[in-house]
Amino acid sequence: MTIESFQHQHTAHCESGVMSTLLKHYGLDFSEPMLFGLSSALTFAYLPMIKVSGMPLIAYRMPPKTIIRNSCKKLGLQLNMYKFSSPAQGMQKLDLALQNNQLVGLQTSVFWLPYMPEALRFHFNAHNILVYGKKDDHYLISDPVMENPVACPRIDLERARFAKGALAGKGLMYTLDLSKPINHCIDLVPLIRNAIVKNARQMQAPLPFVGIKGIHLLANRIQKLKKSRKSDQYKKLYLGHIVRMQEEIGTGGAGFRYMYASFLQQSAYYFPTNQQTLLLDAAKFMTDIGDNWRRFASRTVKLCRNLSENGFYDVAQLLHQVADDEKKLWQMLIKAMK
Amino acid sequence: MDVNQIPQDKSKTYGGHAKIIYATTEGKYTSATSDGWQDEEYATLQAVNALTEQTQHAYDLVKSGQKSPLFYYMFAYRHDVTSLAQTSGFFRWQIRRHLNLKIFNQLSDKKLMRYAQAFNLSIEQLKQLPDQITSNGINDSFDEH
Repeated sequence: MTIESFQHQHTAHCESGVMSTLLKHYGLDFSEPMLFGLSSALTFAYLPMIKVSGMPLIAYRMPPKTIIRNSCKKLGLQLNMYKFSSPAQGMQKLDLALQNNQLVGLQTSVFWLPYMPEALRFHFNAHNILVYGKKDDHYLISDPVMENPVACPRIDLERARFAKGALAGKGLMYTLDLSKPINHCIDLVPLIRNAIVKNARQMQAPLPFVGIKGIHLLANRIQKLKKSRKSDQYKKLYLGHIVRMQEEIGTGGAGFRYMYASFLQQSAYYFPTNQQTLLLDAAKFMTDIGDNWRRFASRTVKLCRNLSENGFYDVAQLLHQVADDEKKLWQMLIKAMK
Repeated sequence: MDVNQIPQDKSKTYGGHAKIIYATTEGKYTSATSDGWQDEEYATLQAVNALTEQTQHAYDLVKSGQKSPLFYYMFAYRHDVTSLAQTSGFFRWQIRRHLNLKIFNQLSDKKLMRYAQAFNLSIEQLKQLPDQITSNGINDSFDEH
């Protein structure tokens, strides 16, 4: 059984991608950046107390499920969500939904998905995918970060859904509740305005580990690393870790900054001329900031290759500059949304 | 970033796949693909290589009887003590004890089963070292690219 009309979409990030493809399937044309922005999903967080393979957690977006939850809330949609205590039940429910021609979202572990490139198979348990059919003992999967749909054996999918550990999905599956009427003509202006203002507050939160303060904190940590007594090997892994968190984990480039710039640009056309200009300017500025994030990544890798005294200073300075620019940008956006 | 400036460095870490990058053409945003970026590849390979080294080191220690096979399987399956604790439900101090060969050999099948399940192995497999290091315990074509 297969949903014939289903169209796969290759996107940058799994959660926004799954939501966009799911909504498009049911006739709601929302792009990945639009859903990302509407969910106020952009952030920066540097959390040294939470370790990912021995390194501090660095996040450029809000925690998993933020996009699913917020975009549904904003657009007045309801998802039917199920978790399971037994894998057999979870697979049965999936089959049932597919029999009813429903497109199904699943939370899975990247490590146990056999079609993933090996270099990306780490224990991250909150990867979202869509299932649109089943053929023999294989599920037909639309993984948002793959160019084409893939087939996954039942046994592997079951293991990926029920992997234990941090952020364990417990077989989480979700389908769009079609019993509720879907509103096709939503006025996006107030939704966009609220989302941007909320995001601006998040980025300017008075907490040391998040938002603009968080970026400054990371810059300071890099600067301090120069004189730290840690081994060179550790320093290199630490610096590489920052780049990986920013670029490797499906961000659309520059730790979601380009994606957000795209959201601002798309949003501009819903607003009257004066606000439109401000939003377009902000999109342009966000792109420049994204370029600086990429430059920061490049220079950090260069520093990894050769740990020079000046290198630490240069990289830290560039990151401080990014933080200052982001501060300007968010203040600009708050003004524009008034 | 302009679409034309998106790196296309054919990174082997992408495993022959491409990913989406948002970029502009004449200032207007679009989504485009990239088949790799050498700076990102460097960072990914660094992390992967560190794991490979740890796995090799663990393999040697287990082989010479200084550590229990659990020490090898933990790294081969890309875990550290923290993430293995989260997955297996053991405390970290328990796992550290179980890395000791003598203590490991006294573990009940019930306890061994929890580890075996975390790695998707049988208890028999968990008790012995494979003849050679399998590519991080997962079959994939990483080295072919």
